Amino acid sequence: MMLQKFYNSVRSKKQNRNNTITELNADGFSTTFQKNSFFEMLKLKTNRYKRDAKGFIFEGITLASALIIVAILIVMLVVIFNGGKSMFTWEFLTTFPKEGMTKGGIFPAIYGTALLVIIMSIAAVPFGTITAIYLTEYARENSFIARSIRFAVRTLAVIPSIIYGLFGLGFFIKYVGTGMDSVFLGGHLKWGQPNILWASLTMALLTLPVVIVSVEEALKTIPRELREASLALGATKWQTIRKVVFPGSISGILTGAILAVSRGAGEVAPILFTGAAYYLATLPGSLSDQFMVLGYHIYIMTTQSANVDQTLPIQFGTTMVLLLLTFSLNIVAIILRYRIRKRRIA
Amino acid sequence: MNKIKQIISKLTGLFRKQKAMPGDKIDITHKRFRWSDFIAEKIIKGVAFLSITIIILIFFFVFRESFPIFNFGSKDKPKTEQLTATKNQNNTANQNPQQEQYGVETTAPEKQEQYGAETSEPAKQEQYGVETTEASQQEQYGVETGKDSLMMGENKTPNEATESGSTNASNKQAIKTLITKTWQPVSDNPRYGLLPLLLGTFKITIISLLFAAPLAILAALYTSVFANKRLKEIIKPTIEMLAGIPSVVIGFFALMVMASFLQNLFGYATRLNSFVGGIAMGLAAIPIIYTITEDALTAVPKTYYEASLALGASKWQTAFFVILPAATPGIFAAVLLGIGRVFGETMIALMATGNAAMMGLNPFESVRTLAATIGAEMAEVVFGDTHYNVLFLIGSMLFIFTFIINAIAEFWVKGKLMKKIQGK
Amino acid sequence: MKTIKIQTENMYLHYGSKMALNNISISIPENKVTALIGPSGCGKSTFLRSLNRMNDLIDSVKIEGNVFIDGINIYDKNIDVVNLRKKVGMVFQKSNPFAKSIFENVAYGPRINGINNKNELTEIVETSLQNAAIWDEVKDRLYDSALGLSGGQQQRLCIARTLAVNPEIILMDEPASALDPISTSKIEELIHELKDKYTIVIVTHNMQQAARVSDYTAFFYIGELIEFDKTKKIYTNPDKKQTEDYITGRFG
Repeated sequence: MMLQKFYNSVRSKKQNRNNTITELNADGFSTTFQKNSFFEMLKLKTNRYKRDAKGFIFEGITLASALIIVAILIVMLVVIFNGGKSMFTWEFLTTFPKEGMTKGGIFPAIYGTALLVIIMSIAAVPFGTITAIYLTEYARENSFIARSIRFAVRTLAVIPSIIYGLFGLGFFIKYVGTGMDSVFLGGHLKWGQPNILWASLTMALLTLPVVIVSVEEALKTIPRELREASLALGATKWQTIRKVVFPGSISGILTGAILAVSRGAGEVAPILFTGAAYYLATLPGSLSDQFMVLGYHIYIMTTQSANVDQTLPIQFGTTMVLLLLTFSLNIVAIILRYRIRKRRIA
Repeated sequence: MNKIKQIISKLTGLFRKQKAMPGDKIDITHKRFRWSDFIAEKIIKGVAFLSITIIILIFFFVFRESFPIFNFGSKDKPKTEQLTATKNQNNTANQNPQQEQYGVETTAPEKQEQYGAETSEPAKQEQYGVETTEASQQEQYGVETGKDSLMMGENKTPNEATESGSTNASNKQAIKTLITKTWQPVSDNPRYGLLPLLLGTFKITIISLLFAAPLAILAALYTSVFANKRLKEIIKPTIEMLAGIPSVVIGFFALMVMASFLQNLFGYATRLNSFVGGIAMGLAAIPIIYTITEDALTAVPKTYYEASLALGASKWQTAFFVILPAATPGIFAAVLLGIGRVFGETMIALMATGNAAMMGLNPFESVRTLAATIGAEMAEVVFGDTHYNVLFLIGSMLFIFTFIINAIAEFWVKGKLMKKIQGK
Repeated sequence: MKTIKIQTENMYLHYGSKMALNNISISIPENKVTALIGPSGCGKSTFLRSLNRMNDLIDSVKIEGNVFIDGINIYDKNIDVVNLRKKVGMVFQKSNPFAKSIFENVAYGPRINGINNKNELTEIVETSLQNAAIWDEVKDRLYDSALGLSGGQQQRLCIARTLAVNPEIILMDEPASALDPISTSKIEELIHELKDKYTIVIVTHNMQQAARVSDYTAFFYIGELIEFDKTKKIYTNPDKKQTEDYITGRFG
């Protein structure tokens, strides 16, 4: 009923608009309008009423699609926050799981996640930044090398995360790790097994493209005039990068780091078999220890736990914590990025 | 003495920082060598190749682990048998320290046989069982080279060790079962039929695309053409926020909420099936398809839009008949990358598809995807065994597939888009 | 007797396949102000940028011919471009101070030359700012951001920044094109004062400005040097018809 009314009102508005067009008929506008090859090409009827009804429907469809996506997102957030909010207490965040993970908190998972993203950032941020500096400052825009690196970066961004997991297993654990064991420890098994270091490095590879793209975007916002000014004063290229380009790109590096952390905190597939543990009674003390992590915790609690219904609140609580973490990081990154983009226009 | 002093002062002069005082004449006729610039440039250039190196390494190491499955005929393989046994022991029978020692100290064939029999895992037993025809020969070999390989164990890289010879026979078997309809890696008679996994993956991909692609493309059309600026600034970041949701969270939502909801709605029998999984993965693919489509749509020159409007076409006609066709290659790339995302998605597949390797075409049946198979089974598999190699083979397939998809999206589609927009 | 500071011989410059400078031969005298005039796109800015090899930064640029500064060919392969640019400073059309304090902007050049002594730096900064006639306006806020200055002040700060490196030649690419009349006249005065110590080459759109500040004037047209002579002569009695047309405002 309401829709009908709305539809009618829109239709009458559209008709009004048509009237203004028909008024133009006097000066020959209409003839060109109808004979135009553009419309013949499109095989459109000149019946304007029909066209506008169609327009209303088509525009409505696109709007509906956008709204459906937004609605799904909102429903998802509401359901998860609704289910998790009762668990969201200080105790939940700071205690260990108890009684076969059916009670207690998720502190080791939070700790493990934090450790994971810190080690990951230490590895990914400098490498990503340097690659971005190469792409914007050293490489010629259309040179073969720059194009191959860009292609490589984009490929890295689309490789499924599980492949990184396989790579972490095949390269870090079985090649580097076991190699280190046999060289330094005489074959004693220490590094040749899943641990937090290998998991973090695997994750660093996964998040490298995120950092590169963000930093590159920030570097491009630094005006060419500033680089020229520095060079014209007799600064070398490296001095220019260090003193003019780099300070101007710090917000971009920060954005990249935050986005990378947000991605790394949420990904599970790469660490499934490179270091994440089901349950540990102690926090990881060294780089060769396994660790618990939020995403993996959600996964095992929902699929491998003995009594899924009993632990449902914990699952919702953990999911909510993870979502809050990634969302807040994303929002910070979006704000930073918005500021960088504004600077480019200014 | 004076000469030495001169040399010293020359040398120290080399390292002293050259200060250009005001009024100094600056020498421009000789290229000065600047260490910091030189080193910085070398480091930056070196690091820049990292991303390329990583890709090559991924290629190499993922393939390398899957390679033994094709290599069962190779002569030098049995050499590593001993090591593999030790290695396997480390992983599967860690609880038993005596056994661990055994592998290092003795080479007696009977004991090795015994070890095989002792392992708790049925899959392993099976492997040793199948081997019987070749067993005596291999054991003989073990006696001869046992000591050598033990000494080599110190230096050998583990990977060589795991390019397992012990699984030669089962590899032979496995490769025959690759193109069958059963995926039963852990059984008395392991079968590694990839067909149900492939079918499952394609089923999921199609379902999720049918769900995600129209929604995302139409939404992108709305924000880039119809929406006013304010609405656009709300909708666009919101949809992009979807990209920030970890897939494990989407998986959780699908498993705990969506599955029951959809089951109640449609009343099918299995709660977790390819339909639920497909929709959930669609949620993961939407932001990718949306963002790239949006970019492609906004890249269409404004003149197209204005020209069409000036000819009297309405907004929606312009949108559907001018802008959308002009951006087709970009949208195609978006869908391709969406496919890549769904194809390789692991966590959602693990959590929401039911994980049963079935051959049916019914969308309301459980399925198992390629990526989920790796995710679920890799943690329990014995390093270097056939099952392990097959999982890496699946990984290689996924890698090649996404690599090709990305290459197409990057080069072919981009070239086409440029052509179309520039009208060349 | 005037000494020649900059001399070019049969210089050609291409952007990709497009010729931007065609057979330029010119001798620019020392401690004088030389103005380059001509309609936009005539290559005068390109010519200016090739005097301290700023065009090296653009990939597609190719240069043939010789450019001598103090008798040294600056396109010789042994030339140290970084030191060349210390010797040949440049002030850009759009004022481009770094996002640092006023002090740090001026101290940037000395610092990259290895001067880190605070007293020394302060001295250099003060003299440079005085020479650029901006000291009185900024002496109380040396440590405020340079971006807070007005357009004219920013441009004079950029000149001070160039002076701090102690160059011999200063290239100015339309330094006053974006400024109000008062700031413009201040810059012009400044140029007048600076020419005792420096050789100045200035590109300008504004013919009155060229007449006011310069001793010599070169007229460029579509990549060619049409005429080069004393400013007075160019403005009163040019040899070429094209120059006369341009100066009297018949085109351009």
